[in-house]
Amino acid sequence: MQVSTTRCPVKNFQTATAGWPSRRQVHSACSRRMWLGLVCLALWTMPAVAFAQSSRDTIAAVTPRMVKIFGAGGLKGLQGYCSGFVVSPNGHIVTVWSHVLDQGEVTVVLDSGRKLKGKVIGAEPQLDLAVLKVEAEELPYFDLDTQIGVAAPGTRVLAFSNMFKVAAGNEPVTVLHGVIAALTKLEGRRGTFEIAFPGAVYVVDAITNNSGAGGGVLVTRDGRLLAMIGKELRNAQSNTWTNYAMPLADLKTPIQDIIAGKYTPPVNPLETPEGLRRHRPLDFGLVMIPDVVPRTPAYVEDVVAGSAAASAGIKTDDLVLFVNGELVQSCRHLNEVLGKLEDGSSVDLVFRREGKLQTIKLLVPTKAE
Amino acid sequence: MTLLRYLLTICCLMTLTQPTWGADPLVLSAQQQRVEVIDKVSPSVVAIFAPGGGGGGSGVLISADGFALTNFHVTDGVGDFMKCGLNDGVLYDAVIVGLDPSGDVALIKLFGRDDFPHAKLGDSDLVQPGDWTFVIGNPFLLATDFQPTVTYGIVSGVHRYQYPAAGNILEYTDCIQVDTSINPGNSGGPLFSADGDLIGINGRGSFEKRGRVNSGAGYAISINQIKHFLDHLKSGRIVDHATLGATVSTDDEGNVTVADILEDSEAYYRGLREDDEIVSFGGRSIGSTNQFKNVLGIYPKGWKLPVVYRRKGEQTEIWVRLRGLHLLSELTGEKKAGPKPPPNPEEKKPKDNKAPKDEKAPPDGQPQTPPPGHAAPPPAPEHLKKYHLKKTGFANYYFNQLEQDRVLQGLATWGKYDDARGRWKLTGQVSDQTKFEATLADSGAGMVHGKDAFLQEFGDLAELRDEPPGTGGLLTAWHHLRLLLSQGPKAFTDFYYLGSEPFDGQGETVDVLVGVLAGAESHWYFSRQSGSLLGYDFIRAENQDRCELRFQGLQDYSGKKFPKVIQVRHGDKSPALYQVDAVDFSAPANGSK
Repeated sequence: MQVSTTRCPVKNFQTATAGWPSRRQVHSACSRRMWLGLVCLALWTMPAVAFAQSSRDTIAAVTPRMVKIFGAGGLKGLQGYCSGFVVSPNGHIVTVWSHVLDQGEVTVVLDSGRKLKGKVIGAEPQLDLAVLKVEAEELPYFDLDTQIGVAAPGTRVLAFSNMFKVAAGNEPVTVLHGVIAALTKLEGRRGTFEIAFPGAVYVVDAITNNSGAGGGVLVTRDGRLLAMIGKELRNAQSNTWTNYAMPLADLKTPIQDIIAGKYTPPVNPLETPEGLRRHRPLDFGLVMIPDVVPRTPAYVEDVVAGSAAASAGIKTDDLVLFVNGELVQSCRHLNEVLGKLEDGSSVDLVFRREGKLQTIKLLVPTKAE
Repeated sequence: MTLLRYLLTICCLMTLTQPTWGADPLVLSAQQQRVEVIDKVSPSVVAIFAPGGGGGGSGVLISADGFALTNFHVTDGVGDFMKCGLNDGVLYDAVIVGLDPSGDVALIKLFGRDDFPHAKLGDSDLVQPGDWTFVIGNPFLLATDFQPTVTYGIVSGVHRYQYPAAGNILEYTDCIQVDTSINPGNSGGPLFSADGDLIGINGRGSFEKRGRVNSGAGYAISINQIKHFLDHLKSGRIVDHATLGATVSTDDEGNVTVADILEDSEAYYRGLREDDEIVSFGGRSIGSTNQFKNVLGIYPKGWKLPVVYRRKGEQTEIWVRLRGLHLLSELTGEKKAGPKPPPNPEEKKPKDNKAPKDEKAPPDGQPQTPPPGHAAPPPAPEHLKKYHLKKTGFANYYFNQLEQDRVLQGLATWGKYDDARGRWKLTGQVSDQTKFEATLADSGAGMVHGKDAFLQEFGDLAELRDEPPGTGGLLTAWHHLRLLLSQGPKAFTDFYYLGSEPFDGQGETVDVLVGVLAGAESHWYFSRQSGSLLGYDFIRAENQDRCELRFQGLQDYSGKKFPKVIQVRHGDKSPALYQVDAVDFSAPANGSK
């Protein structure tokens, strides 16, 4: 007998369209021979498998584990607050890496209303991840070893966060309902989105990613912890806002490593032997301005005397706009496009100086092995 | 076997082509329930439009005779007369009744039917995060055919406190936060529970950089708050919210203490002092400043609430009557006549440092006040003019007159008093067994109590004193009773229906009439159930302890009913009982005292 682990289409249909009340997704192994019969049987005698928990139970279980974080910011358009969740009984809190944490110390308001000082003990900006520590004991917390789940598109979820700072004191955080619309990579490195997280994220149909919602959590209706809500994110091309959350399955190890004090940031791809063979602005004599924000414009900070760029006439404060006809969106993007160049070829560079565009041609040097 | 296979195939084909066959019966029945609830409640939903077009919002009917709730910031934009569409396709005329500007609630009345479909008021204190809700209304003023839009979502939070937005007094206390879509035009419309009970009035959303459309956080004024104010709104008044006369602050451990207290406040008189820890207020335990404000915000000015405070480990309960929060000019917006504030005034940060930005502006497309040069609203429809009376402090005095007439009927059981305009003589005993004899006349009142004599003159120049001392002005209080019974409302310079409140803070609901004379007020309490006058408070001057008179049993005195025993209370003193043995109404008006 052949056994298929493919989910029955009917179940998928249910998941995607089911209203309320809901039922657990059933991963049934259907015999191909019996498939039709089983489907039909299931249709007529659908067992009423209830959620292990109701939404109310889930809300009651999740809210005590959420915190509100108040820190740097507060200027126009730059809120000084975000969300977080407790991952250890003695006060480890996970949140998104953002300017709110810039001072290294923040105010953490527990669900009980207690206000505590929180210290940033580790961060991985490439994953938009930070871990804080407050001095407390016996806090309700999410156990990352047992409570993390994964979910497919169509799964109904609840989102918890300190969005809009609606609940500033001892009030429970905001809870929204929605459905996972997709599990997909956002095109972060092409300049469409300003997102650092490299992996696939959950995209949801609820308006989860509001001011201060970053660091909140996405859980299934029955309380499985899925993902951390990301920062506000706008599609640079369509000007629409994206509601997404980063799977905790991907964040779990760095979180636990930061807590254990043994976290080492991943190797910069440019520093690998392969990366070292790629071309960078400096190979042409270009020193770009520091890459401080995800879309730092590709301004030239300095030009190495006697370099190819210098002899081609590039000067400080020139803005690199096109490389071989491709629009350069940022310093990071410039690295990418230069990294693709072949030794010994030539490259057309368009830059802007005092409002005027200028074009030069440079020879791509041969890099040492 | 072939037949079985054939049947199975047919069955599956039907499943694939008609997906509903395959849907979970529970899902279908839940859907059916939603459809039924929407069918049931939609007829009560009102699409409000300004008479000349150009603005509007939503509302919901709450009585068969046409009373409907909406937002103050909706009616403020459309004027005193409005057009209201229901989903029967008919456009009804409506008039403003009462306003609660800082609570952002307005009561209107629709005309044309005595059997309006109306919503059932629910209990918003039972609402919990995760509960399903319906928002039904007129977003983006789409309902030009009066068919409302329905959105569905969950409760995101309860007991939310939302500061007034910059430049106005609209304060959302103890409100319900939902992720159900609330957009401009939904303002004033109903928030229904999954069962179709009215649990709130939608009025706000958190709007920020995404523009003035739903961003996942909408706010509804709880129906329980509105229930407290409903009779106040039916009075046709512009009603006020309350303050305790004390401010509080929260420390890092969640202890709420009195930061500042007015020395002429009732809370101070009852013993509350700076640094006292507030344990509970209005029956709710207090763990944050916002919780304290949530309790304050749901009660009208003048209601009496219990406060439990802790000092040096000892808890004390006091009952405090709340004082008004705003000046009348703030409520009526008279100040708006001045220069308009700059478009983005510097945010004033409240003490708690949790002020939202002005993203919490009401979601209606209409500005809250018509900008200068805004076209004047069209003149009132001729046949509706009689339903609207302007008077300072009132949205519509017409409805106050109706309520006065209704409540004053409760005096009928006392008998005919209009022939008793002369001097009155009351004799009897006070609780300490001493005899008293009181004489009440237009020019003054006097009382002999044991060996002591007390006198109070009336007239333009007379100063109203606390006579007998320590009663709060019992002689003038009796004078007010004599005037009310013998001459009625016209004996007072101002007389109006206030609304309702729980008797002495915790008793039955009583209707309250107010009579104002020479700077003093009497608040008359009439039983909602029996209509009878249960007692009254005499207020000699603002922010002073009242002289509280409570009647115990009516007795016949020469053809007129009069209280057999009058309990007199003042401040923290133990109450005195005046047992009335005889009342003589027969003396002429101008006899000697």
